[in-house]
Amino acid sequence: MARHVVAAADEIAPGASKLVTISGREIGVFNVNGEYFALLNLCPHAGAALCRGKVTGLVVSEEPGKYQLLRQGEMLRCPWHGWEFDIRTGQSWCDPKTMRARSYPVTVEPGSELAKGPYVAESFPVTVEDAYLVIEM
Amino acid sequence: MTTAVLERKQEPQTKLSVIDCDIHPTMRTLSDLYPYMTQRWREHLDTYGLFVRQGLGKTLSHPRMQPAVSRVDAWPPGGGLPGSDLPFMQAQHLDPNGVAYGMLQPLAPGAHSQRNAELGAALCSAVNDWQLAEWTGKDKRLKGAITVPQQEPEWAVAEIERRAGIRDFAQISMPPRSDEPLGRRRYWPIYQAAVEHDLPICLHVSGLNGHASTGGGWPSFYIEEHHSNVQNMQALVASFVLEGVFEQFPTLKIVLVEGGFAWVPALTWRLDKHWERMRSEVPHLKHPPSHYIKKNIWYTTQPIEEPERPRDLIDLIDWIGWDRLLFSTDYPHWDFDDPHTVFKVKLSDAQKTQIFSGNARAVYRFA
Repeated sequence: MARHVVAAADEIAPGASKLVTISGREIGVFNVNGEYFALLNLCPHAGAALCRGKVTGLVVSEEPGKYQLLRQGEMLRCPWHGWEFDIRTGQSWCDPKTMRARSYPVTVEPGSELAKGPYVAESFPVTVEDAYLVIEM
Repeated sequence: MTTAVLERKQEPQTKLSVIDCDIHPTMRTLSDLYPYMTQRWREHLDTYGLFVRQGLGKTLSHPRMQPAVSRVDAWPPGGGLPGSDLPFMQAQHLDPNGVAYGMLQPLAPGAHSQRNAELGAALCSAVNDWQLAEWTGKDKRLKGAITVPQQEPEWAVAEIERRAGIRDFAQISMPPRSDEPLGRRRYWPIYQAAVEHDLPICLHVSGLNGHASTGGGWPSFYIEEHHSNVQNMQALVASFVLEGVFEQFPTLKIVLVEGGFAWVPALTWRLDKHWERMRSEVPHLKHPPSHYIKKNIWYTTQPIEEPERPRDLIDLIDWIGWDRLLFSTDYPHWDFDDPHTVFKVKLSDAQKTQIFSGNARAVYRFA
């Protein structure tokens, strides 16, 4: 396990995401209303590049004729077959028991802490003044 | 994504040889066909436009949940519709998925479905020229489909005669929903030409052509309409078999594209059962329906059946016949099947070879 610095915290705006590569694996890092989550860029259903899908909400209905749009910005819809995944957990909405996108915990750490090392920073300098997103893998 | 997207590696991920029996080449605009149309029809299109056999001619009967019915990641970076950019199609699909041959299924601009029959014939011919110039002439893996105006069988035969000697065409394309069920005798001259030139006939789901999509009438939702392709294909199989098409043309090859296949055993059993009781109504059938279904008809795999227990797929294919299925992806459409993940159950090497390439090699007589 190593700690990988994948982005500066202010680099990914709420609702946006960034695709990074860690040890050959493509991972999408998402900012959901100020919280950060990371998913493997591979749909567990049929292998699409999941993180290129649309960030969306969840339409639910208690009975015909009534609906609600919930959890706006918290669901990711696969670019191929439209399967919906919870960005927070990787869980599939339609098949939550068996279909889950691989997820990784993301932490926000101050540069001053990271300066103590060890960590892997792919392509940018880490300064003590700023905060960074770190994935342990 | 907000930042540069890292493309996946483009080298082939597998040694599996794939013949993809459903690839959609797309026009950027209708004017892409103009170089292959006479002045008379170019002016007609500019003045009157297309006139297909359903309302809302510029859209599909039910709105699709993804633009252009396509994978979100299939829009070419250089612009244009999904499927309109050959280098991008090569980089995203043909190369990484090891496609040895790709069977083109041009759907736009609804050449089969025009109310104006002469315009339809001109569009069919232009679509055929366009396939040669823009696709098969530029990538030898791609094989064209001779698009014919099936409502006017004489014109359809003339189009087949013009194209049959061109090796870049591997089959004849007609829509599964036509004016009448396609087993009817008015269409037989087309089948005569097909067997004379040893060209299979592919029937790709392609709109409604003026019919209600389901036997129960017009559905409310796309999800409700999507499965109606299955009803359509069942009606076609019954028509081809019961009209005696395969008695008249024993070597005719029919390829049903994108209509599923899980329904085949149930329909076959039912038709055989009825034949035992009502054979005298169709005395021209010398064999039970299953005989013709297992000999003259093939099915493409996409969108693959996904049974609750994945292993049930094996029984299903046992019943249909392992020689009947032709792999297809439907690239670049949204319900694309990826050759690496399409089967959720383990197939033997022999079974894989049959479905991914061997059966198509036999049907299309590829070396």
